[in-house]
Amino acid sequence: MTTSKFYNAIFAAGITLILACLMIGVKLDTSGTQLAIKGASAAQWTWIGGGIALVFLSQLFSGQIDSLFKSIPKPNITTMLPEEKKMATLKPWLIAGLIVIMVIWPFMVSRGSVDLATLTLIYIMLGLGLNIVVGLAGLLDLGFVAFYAVGAYTYALLSEYFGLSFWVCLPISAGAAALFGFVLGFPVLRLRGDYLAIVTLGFGEIIRILLNNWTNVTGGPSGISGIAKPTLFGLEFTRKAKGGEDAMTFHEYFNLDYSSSYKVIFLYLIAVLLVIFVIYLINRLMRMPIGRAWEALREDEIACRSLGLNKTAIKLSAFTIGASTAGFAGAFFSARQGFISPESFIFIESAIILAIVVLGGMGSQVGIILAAIIMTILPELAREFSEYRMLLFGLLMVLMMRWRPEGLIPMKRPQLELKQ
Amino acid sequence: MSQLLLDVNGLTMRFGGLVAVNGVNLKVKNRQIVSVIGPNGAGKTTVFNCLSGFYIPTEGSVMLKNEQIAGLKDFHISRKGLVRTFQHVRLFQKMTVIENMLVAQHRHLNTNLISGLFKTPNYRRLERDAMNHAMHWLEEVDLLEFANREAGNLSYGQQRRLEIARCMVTQPELLMLDEPAAGLNPNETKELDELIIKLRDEHEISVLLIEHDMSLVMGISDHIYVIAQGTPLADGSPEEIKNNPDVIKAYLGEE
Repeated sequence: MTTSKFYNAIFAAGITLILACLMIGVKLDTSGTQLAIKGASAAQWTWIGGGIALVFLSQLFSGQIDSLFKSIPKPNITTMLPEEKKMATLKPWLIAGLIVIMVIWPFMVSRGSVDLATLTLIYIMLGLGLNIVVGLAGLLDLGFVAFYAVGAYTYALLSEYFGLSFWVCLPISAGAAALFGFVLGFPVLRLRGDYLAIVTLGFGEIIRILLNNWTNVTGGPSGISGIAKPTLFGLEFTRKAKGGEDAMTFHEYFNLDYSSSYKVIFLYLIAVLLVIFVIYLINRLMRMPIGRAWEALREDEIACRSLGLNKTAIKLSAFTIGASTAGFAGAFFSARQGFISPESFIFIESAIILAIVVLGGMGSQVGIILAAIIMTILPELAREFSEYRMLLFGLLMVLMMRWRPEGLIPMKRPQLELKQ
Repeated sequence: MSQLLLDVNGLTMRFGGLVAVNGVNLKVKNRQIVSVIGPNGAGKTTVFNCLSGFYIPTEGSVMLKNEQIAGLKDFHISRKGLVRTFQHVRLFQKMTVIENMLVAQHRHLNTNLISGLFKTPNYRRLERDAMNHAMHWLEEVDLLEFANREAGNLSYGQQRRLEIARCMVTQPELLMLDEPAAGLNPNETKELDELIIKLRDEHEISVLLIEHDMSLVMGISDHIYVIAQGTPLADGSPEEIKNNPDVIKAYLGEE
């Protein structure tokens, strides 16, 4: 037993050595026109050595470490939370309080944090949309970013060519993405699992390549710039009004000094509004017959069919509604950025959204919101390790899957009240 | 007095060169328990799959209440009142018992999206009715106290009962049970026996049964069909089947 543990520890340390040498130990550098291999500095080698020693020791004493962790008493969350009845009365107040904080908060912090919060809200929307497809209906979709792109380009193109406003385009973008979801849904009706993942992956790439090459409409790789920002009942947030003689800007109307942070805060508040809308909508859907049907489809397709559920309609509705949420997020994204290009809609985005859903806990809305916050804020905090960002990202995933394979906050089954 | 509910004529199913079912005839009258028996691999489940629309039969007609249903999609057939269970329990494991029951009523609940989003009075009424209906059936199969449990956590016998209750909330006229007693202990089998008789006598539905437990089959069946190697071998009352030399030969082999 001890010898097998020793070999195991040696093996793990060896793997760490190989990986660390490849990823940290050597670096390619340009010297003039040629590439030169550069070794790591002495300090870095010490760190690598320390890491290997750590892996070796932790593997060798894994039993003891595990028992040590087990001896730490786990806080019992159920006793800390108020009773269920109290919870039911507290919940609306809690939600109201949270919304108030979210509305007041941006006025007290820096512009950068508000901007980051807006980005987080976009990912929350995307996560919630993909949750319908992956978490509830159990259809693994690796090309979700395609619908995001459709939403974004719909607004960008309508605004550029027809001058339509953001508020008009928002539902149109959601509708366009929903249409694409519906169209993609048809060919993949018979597919499940791995096969479905491959087809959706392909679909995501098709959309991106189409946007890249359809130069005379989408502008190709150079993208679309100067996309109009949302307005508040026609009031613009620019320094000078662009929309003709009688157009006014926000600061003129309210007699304020111009500040660019108004725009940032306004965008943030729109995002809050959209997220609340999406959460409410999906929350309702989940408790409706259609939401139950999605889950039933994930659990057992054959049983669904035998009970008279039309699996075609259920699958298509999951794809369509999930995609429309992404379209929503896409339209807002292009309005916020003011510039979009196919670069924003690469595969890694799909992977991040999927990671949000898996990390948060499939089907769980609170979990997904939490995961979206972690996944967008963590890379910002880890900016100084920018080179090893993906490494940290991977580490987080491994740790999560080791300690909480069901996600941060696994989905709780609704307990229905039974009256006699 | 009793009317013909299901009338199957010359049902044949071929998979390439293999004839799995060959010219099977079945008749089920209203309020009747009919069993299909036969050795393993005889094609009993294939017959069920053909009737419930999971397979499209190669030949033959399937009439439900004088309406041709062969070739219809599975979910259309179950909406017409022919619902089945499976040889291996197929519950929505991660959903609660009551949710399982509500999913089965999807068709009755399927109002448009808007009324559900705004919780209109009509939608609330439908939800409440579905809830009551579900609870009624959970009580019938003695599962009411487990209503908020995950279906996957129930014992095997309870899962079997839940599967039957889930079929019953769809308000079928013909219930097809594929080996419902498989894996049950003698006590549970007896309860199942009583439940099936109750379904016929009190709820006035017909039951088509595949089963290997001969004491169960002989005890409750009104009529029995025997299939061996895909072909019909005999049919008749339990007494006739018990004494039929061909049936004994198929089950025990020749001397």
